[in-house]
Amino acid sequence: MLLELYRVHQFVMKFFKEFLFPPYEGKEIIRQCYQVGYRSLLLISLTGFITGIVFTKQSRPSLAEFGATSWLPSLVGIALLRTLAPLLTALISAGKVGSSIGAELGSMKVTEQIDAMEVSATNPFKFLVISRVIATTVTIPILTFYTALVGLIGGFVNVMFNENTSFIAYIQSFLDSITFLDITASTIKSIVFGFTIGMVGCYQGYNSSRGTEGVGKAANSAVVIGMFLVFVEEIVATQITFFFKT
Amino acid sequence: MTAQKSLPEIVISIRGVKKSFGDYEVLKGADLDLYERENLVVLGRSGTGKSVLIKIISGLLTQDSGTVNVLGKDVSKLGPKELLALRLNVGFSFQNSALYDSMTVRKNLEFPLVRNRKHLTKGEINYAVETVLDAVGLSQTIHQMPSELSGGQRKRIGIARTLILQPQIMLYDEPTAGLDPITCIEINSLINEVQERFHTSSIIITHDLTCAKETGDRIAMLLDGQFQKIGTFDEVFASDDERIKPFYDYNFIV
Ligand SMILES: Nc1ncnc2c1ncn2[C@@H]1O[C@H](COP(=O)(O)OP(=O)(O)OP(=O)(O)O)[C@@H](O)[C@H]1O
Ligand SMILES: [Mg+2]
Repeated sequence: MLLELYRVHQFVMKFFKEFLFPPYEGKEIIRQCYQVGYRSLLLISLTGFITGIVFTKQSRPSLAEFGATSWLPSLVGIALLRTLAPLLTALISAGKVGSSIGAELGSMKVTEQIDAMEVSATNPFKFLVISRVIATTVTIPILTFYTALVGLIGGFVNVMFNENTSFIAYIQSFLDSITFLDITASTIKSIVFGFTIGMVGCYQGYNSSRGTEGVGKAANSAVVIGMFLVFVEEIVATQITFFFKT
Repeated sequence: MTAQKSLPEIVISIRGVKKSFGDYEVLKGADLDLYERENLVVLGRSGTGKSVLIKIISGLLTQDSGTVNVLGKDVSKLGPKELLALRLNVGFSFQNSALYDSMTVRKNLEFPLVRNRKHLTKGEINYAVETVLDAVGLSQTIHQMPSELSGGQRKRIGIARTLILQPQIMLYDEPTAGLDPITCIEINSLINEVQERFHTSSIIITHDLTCAKETGDRIAMLLDGQFQKIGTFDEVFASDDERIKPFYDYNFIV
């Protein structure tokens, strides 16, 4: 356990050491960003949209009791922006992207493709790990705001059937209710989530044990550990934002 | 130029190399020299540490004790930059080819070039790719993915990818394992052709005595973690050693 922690520490340190020094694998980074976005886009769109509808529908009766259904856009918007979108996006990405990074690097490791890069005088860490971690760190925040937007649209679908609010007015009342802190906090949070998911996937894959069994294990632990860390970070982030608000 | 023939230069020198995994000692003090422009065949049973040995030569693994000198440099003492520089001169063809699954044959071959020869133009890279593909006789596969190739084709692409940096030393890990006799013959002549065309010095690991006989200038027998017998093919197999004879009997008895 302690040894494992030490190795994780070494891996993360190596990341920052290599990250700070060029050359960068620009093409590979862009390719990976595309992969990360592309892999989770459909699932995220669907989940975000449905969450928007369902959450609005569920909240309606409680607000209606106080005759406050006009607060729906801000309620839905804040919930989406602060928690639902970052968390949903991170969890889905941990499942889809984290596992595929773990499996891909794991199988490259066991079939000696990583060794092959090394002996052909290429730095596999830079090519494989750095590019993937940068890709998740950049792409997951973008996906998060996309999820929030899709969720808002889902919410509007529900609102549309019940009140005659225009989309502009709906968005306006959402914008009025959010603060700069909300946006900053969500951005920082999802950057951390993205970094975590990429890092965990790469660590598991890069250090997977020999044999095909190792590949499965790497993919599996990438998801489990990735999701676990995302929850832990969510709790910590909530505490920190509360601290800033008071 | 002097008329007198000077001693051939040593490009790899291995002295007293030991390596264990856990409690299991794989190499127990191996000594070996590779001379310039020779094909040296390493024979040995499965699990005797042949792959481990060449991984130590290329710095993928580090020995527990002993020294490995490659082109005058002590491999285990090199920093990351020097190791990269050395690896440009040492080609490694893997036992299982280790082609990059996610890239086409062309991208596989370009991979070492675009990263290490930044001054090359697109045209020069294409030319280099076509040249090595032609050398291994697989020009038609250039747009294919590794998964679409046969085992023998993969081996040859693996060798081509190693050749593209024009290394001084080639390390072949079981180039003919698992291939049919005709493909084996092709690979054997490819290895010899590489030696003539690119003036490489090579270590060839194999179980296949035909390959050993065809390609090897010298044969080294790895037994019990040490090189027990080094010499020409006939010298090695003239031995009565009970551990060497079965190799010969199995391969050549009708
Ligand atoms: N990275 C490693 N970790 C642990 N053990 C290893 C490692 N690499 C090799 N070994 C062990 O070292 C021994 C020698 O392995 P090696 O691959 O060198 O055999 P070999 O001589 O190449 O055999 P073969 O002809 O089957 O390829 C084996 O018992 C193997 O289990
Ligand atoms: Mg081997």
